[in-house]
Amino acid sequence: MEVLKIATAGSVDDGKSTLIGRILYDTKSLTTDKLEAIEKTSKQKGYDYLDFSLATDGLVAEREQGITIDVAHIYFSTRKKSYIIADTPGHVEYTRNMVTGASTSQASIILIDARKGVIEQTNRHFFINNLLRIKDVVVTINKMDLVDYSEEVYNKIKADFSELMNKRDYQDQKITFIPVSALKGDNVVNRSENMPWYTGQSLLEHLENLDKKDIYNVGTPRFPVQFVIRPKTEDFHDFRGYAGKVYGGELSVGDNILVLPSKTRSKIKDIYFYDEKYQTASRRSSVTITLENDINVSRGDMIVLENDLPTIDNHFTANICWMDSKPLEAGSKYVLQHGVNKVLARVETINHKIHPDYSGIEKNVQGLGVNDIASVTFKFNKPLFFDQFKNHRTNGSFILIDTQTNSTVGAGFIQ
Amino acid sequence: MNKDTYHINSLENEAIYIIREVAAQFEKPVLLFSGGKDSITLVRLAVKAFYPAKIPFPLMHIDTGHNFPETIEFRDRLVKELGLKLIVRNVQDSIDQGKVKEESGRYASRNQLQTTTLLDAIEEFKFDACIGGARRDEEKARAKERIFSVRDDFGQWDEKNQRPELFDMLNGQINLGQNVRVFPISNWTELDVWSYIEQENIEIPSIYFAHKRKVFLRDGMIWSAEDEVVYRDDNEEVIEEMVRFRTVGDMSCTAAVLSEAATISKVVEEIRDSTISERGARIDDKRSEAAMEKRKQQGYF
Ligand SMILES: Nc1nc2c(ncn2[C@@H]2O[C@H](COP(=O)(O)OP(=O)(O)OP(=O)(O)O)[C@@H](O)[C@H]2O)c(=O)[nH]1
Ligand SMILES: [Mg+2]
Repeated sequence: MEVLKIATAGSVDDGKSTLIGRILYDTKSLTTDKLEAIEKTSKQKGYDYLDFSLATDGLVAEREQGITIDVAHIYFSTRKKSYIIADTPGHVEYTRNMVTGASTSQASIILIDARKGVIEQTNRHFFINNLLRIKDVVVTINKMDLVDYSEEVYNKIKADFSELMNKRDYQDQKITFIPVSALKGDNVVNRSENMPWYTGQSLLEHLENLDKKDIYNVGTPRFPVQFVIRPKTEDFHDFRGYAGKVYGGELSVGDNILVLPSKTRSKIKDIYFYDEKYQTASRRSSVTITLENDINVSRGDMIVLENDLPTIDNHFTANICWMDSKPLEAGSKYVLQHGVNKVLARVETINHKIHPDYSGIEKNVQGLGVNDIASVTFKFNKPLFFDQFKNHRTNGSFILIDTQTNSTVGAGFIQ
Repeated sequence: MNKDTYHINSLENEAIYIIREVAAQFEKPVLLFSGGKDSITLVRLAVKAFYPAKIPFPLMHIDTGHNFPETIEFRDRLVKELGLKLIVRNVQDSIDQGKVKEESGRYASRNQLQTTTLLDAIEEFKFDACIGGARRDEEKARAKERIFSVRDDFGQWDEKNQRPELFDMLNGQINLGQNVRVFPISNWTELDVWSYIEQENIEIPSIYFAHKRKVFLRDGMIWSAEDEVVYRDDNEEVIEEMVRFRTVGDMSCTAAVLSEAATISKVVEEIRDSTISERGARIDDKRSEAAMEKRKQQGYF
């Protein structure tokens, strides 16, 4: 069955967790014991309704404060698709967790509280969704029950949001508006009777009808070598296989390839998935490849089609999301992890900070603070083989690791 | 290979990728093997990840001493067939050394005690990565866990300060004394696991299938009356039922479900229609709303 990964976005208390709980409830995906637990806790809290956010806010601190702190991954399926929803936090402080949830998703749901309209956090999350080039974005205007299901309110918010859309960088992103009440269930799974003026699909209908070609980016094949397999057994004495995942496109037996960085030429001899040989390795499959020639290939090398090379260089400029309280400054050094490859990277220049509210850029920046987004130029101690993020999601992105704490402190999108 | 990457396949490919990252990024990884269906699935995925070479790390079983005998037999056979290395560490030893105290009473279980034995074993072998079969759909605190989840010197999980985990890039860099718990089947649901077992024709211990067993009822759950370690009051009446286990943790905290499903395809069907979650049959999670989170903070699997 097809899997669709979705992330939620929107400000604190806009109702993201409630919306997901509602989807689970209305698709009958909550098991009896989980539902009983929600009923019990809702009662204890003195609510006269079911607090569906309890279905996803799993940490004690979250339940106490009534907010989401970290991403929860929630699973359910319909007859048509399997869904993985990342319920992300709305609080600015936890933006890094929001980026984490969104980075692996193909579609995104941005919530707006109908009473508040488009606010700073809406801008920020929309900006991040656009930066990540998520192809399908659903803007759900929530809590319609609190504004008398008013078409005017909905239209006003839609108009405000459309202004943002004109400013976005990635124009091909498809955006759909849906008025909902997560708490009452209007237009979430079932169409609402309270809003006859809205004739579009419910949220779930929209997701069900998303086509694969609407949400996946297809590009050129890149095969970063993860692990070299050398069994040295009697049966496989000379076997030398390169294990890894195929990104962007397909590879087939007989393809003429180059191994980077050495640029050694060869041909794909066999493609194994476990003990079977295949003609073609499809996008995102974890296979083991053997080559016609006995050449020296190790982890971090990349196998690419001979006539389709990435850029090979020891510096690049990228947009980054900074996620650490210790500031990033010119001259700072980090471990830069690009797929399975790691290099030591130095910040050459911080070119400018980008305001995620679309109010422009800021030059002459000294350092980046947590949750800042900026254009930065890096230099490495050895060359990387990369593509622009807009052409290749996987080969165009990277993370930054602090050399002292070893923590992941930033995410980058190569320009 | 199929042109389309379908659900089961995309989960399988993701898991293989993760397992290979562990082998590449860590010096001393280990696969935590409980004998349950999730860890059996992990072994299968690891076999696929490194074929035609052998799995390049050992398995480790933290034996509570309260296992279903079927799972131990199964474990030893599997290890032998695949030519793997198995390490066993016993909770009984931790008890004998006075490191932990056996619980007593109706709900006595060794499930909690495992943590100490596990942490000691990690220390003993200097393991830097422990691969586990936990899934995010199992429980609400698990739903929050990263795929590479860093633990401090004391094996603790700092749930409010997890590393961001972006795209499919896994950061395995750690400080001295830290280790990483790795969950390759994070994104699988219970049904995904069962469907995979069916698709791959993977052998699993017989207690997962419907069988006649002497049981008794308590708190609306069905408990095995065939094993000494499950505490039973004299007034708790023993009856015989057709049952099956959905999870095979420590016998003392694993309840059975009524079932007629004697084959894997029947089990898959039953899970698909089930209205109770898998952990609904684990008494240890019912101790409090936050039972799992607390155990995880202390270094539980
Ligand atoms: N009346 C009404 N209340 C709603 C609706 N959706 C959510 N709420 C309430 O809004 C509050 C916040 O909901 P949550 O789902 O926790 O919000 P959230 O967006 O997940 O918040 P964070 O995760 O902390 O960013 C709760 O009290 C909900 O019951 C709605 O459609 N109508
Ligand atoms: Mg929330």
